[in-house]
Amino acid sequence: MEQIPILQVGEFLLVSIQVDLHDRLVLRLQDDLTAQVVKKQAKGVLIDLSTVEIVDSFIGRMLGNMAALSQMLGAHAVVVGIRPAVAITIVELGLSLNNVHTALNVDKGIALLQTLVKQSSAEVRDEAYPL
Amino acid sequence: MKPTHFEILPLQSDEDLVQVRQKLRARMVELGFTLVEQTKMVTAASELGRNALLYGGGGTARLESVEDSNRLGLRMTIEDQGAGIADIEQAMTDGYTSGSGLGLGLGGSKRLVKDFELWSEPGLGTRVTIALWK
Amino acid sequence: MTANKINRLTEIFTRHEKIMLEDWLREQLTALSARQDLISEPDLCRQSAEFLALFTPACRSGSLTDINSPEWKPVLDFLASVSRSRAIQGFSPSETATFVFSLKQTLLAHLRKELGQDAVALADEMWTATVLLDKLGLYTTEVFQKSREEIIKRQQMEMLELSTPVVKLWEGILAVPLIGTLDSSRTQVVMENLLQSIVDTGSRIAIVDITGVPIVDTLIAQNLLKTVAAARLMGAQCIICGIRPQIAQTMVHLGVAFGDVVTKATLADALAYAFRQIDCTVIQQAPRV
Repeated sequence: MEQIPILQVGEFLLVSIQVDLHDRLVLRLQDDLTAQVVKKQAKGVLIDLSTVEIVDSFIGRMLGNMAALSQMLGAHAVVVGIRPAVAITIVELGLSLNNVHTALNVDKGIALLQTLVKQSSAEVRDEAYPL
Repeated sequence: MKPTHFEILPLQSDEDLVQVRQKLRARMVELGFTLVEQTKMVTAASELGRNALLYGGGGTARLESVEDSNRLGLRMTIEDQGAGIADIEQAMTDGYTSGSGLGLGLGGSKRLVKDFELWSEPGLGTRVTIALWK
Repeated sequence: MTANKINRLTEIFTRHEKIMLEDWLREQLTALSARQDLISEPDLCRQSAEFLALFTPACRSGSLTDINSPEWKPVLDFLASVSRSRAIQGFSPSETATFVFSLKQTLLAHLRKELGQDAVALADEMWTATVLLDKLGLYTTEVFQKSREEIIKRQQMEMLELSTPVVKLWEGILAVPLIGTLDSSRTQVVMENLLQSIVDTGSRIAIVDITGVPIVDTLIAQNLLKTVAAARLMGAQCIICGIRPQIAQTMVHLGVAFGDVVTKATLADALAYAFRQIDCTVIQQAPRV
């Protein structure tokens, strides 16, 4: 059965979507990704959409879900590589994706994840040793 | 407005919907629509196709090139013989859904493709036509 | 009967081509006397001669009632090129159609001379000639209008592009100075230009300056927010600046808000904020003594 590969890069997971997405495939990805975040104890998830030609309301909702689920399991999520035409269409469609972090490309996404991880570990220290 | 070329595609599964999107995209590239236009129209077709699959039990997608006095266009009609829509106005409202979606399918498609026509009769089915002109 | 008819018109043209051309030119020069600034006499002469050189053979071999038959193709193509160039030169549609219509007078005068005795034949020929030239004249108007529409469309596109530049202020910082109103088609162009520039320059910050936007109503605010949202999807943060006091007042009055988008009063404030965002420090050097 078709499956979208999830790669491990250090403490992060990288999902690079290279096929034409359909609903069943996205649902399966959501299951796989949550399982992998737990199994690999990932600190961050990077979803690369640079070859994705459309994001409709279902795919958009699933992106939001995956970000929320990862967050719940202790990993930050960043969506990268959204194409200009796709970004315009998402906005016109009325999707907000407000709870999802975004970056221009994989490089910048990894940098953003590192900042987010640093910030949250600083928060944890602050809570552990209150002044 | 007269159709110059048309084809009818099945719409019974997720894979069929992917096919419909790819065929539509290919025709739009041929006709020279811009990347943004292509993306909007294909996204709208994807929303409507999903509705037909989820709520109409599947149907067909008719893809046709059209021509009126001085412009070329592309038209897609997505049709199912499902339960139909009882309250069209409500169905067009953002955020309303009878299923588990976001309720952006119909309203969103209309925003993406201004040429939008919806016909539905409870018990008979639903037919949505979208078109984009050069 | 038909063969006879074709022969008459063709005959006149073939036999009197030179004289007809002279008469026709005179007609045109009177009709267009005010437009000699747009087209020179030799040019007009050349166009007219070329037209007759195509028209006569078409009359000979083609149908006189159906200008869509292949024999007429060269004539139509030539008329199309004349109409197009006149549309660009600034002729009016009627001045353009005059090119063909003025031939009518010349032709009718010659027909009268040839067939003066035979009233029935004269009426017949006149009718055929009138219908034929009317069709050709209308065709020039049609092409003329289409060309004008194309010119207008192109100018609109050029204006859209002119009025929505995206400039790079600093490594990682773009600015979009908006001038005029922001309707939905302009929003599309702004979004496309901005997003492409974000990709091209790898920028993280985009400053949208609305100093030149005269009013911000609900629709314009919505369009601005769309632009901000689209940029955010590409990983770039937008700062809206240049909100003049009276505009801020109208916005509050209308209940328009930019939500959680960062807004600054001036472009300078926005740039200072952007520098902080990308961890860039600007240092004022001590004044030289």
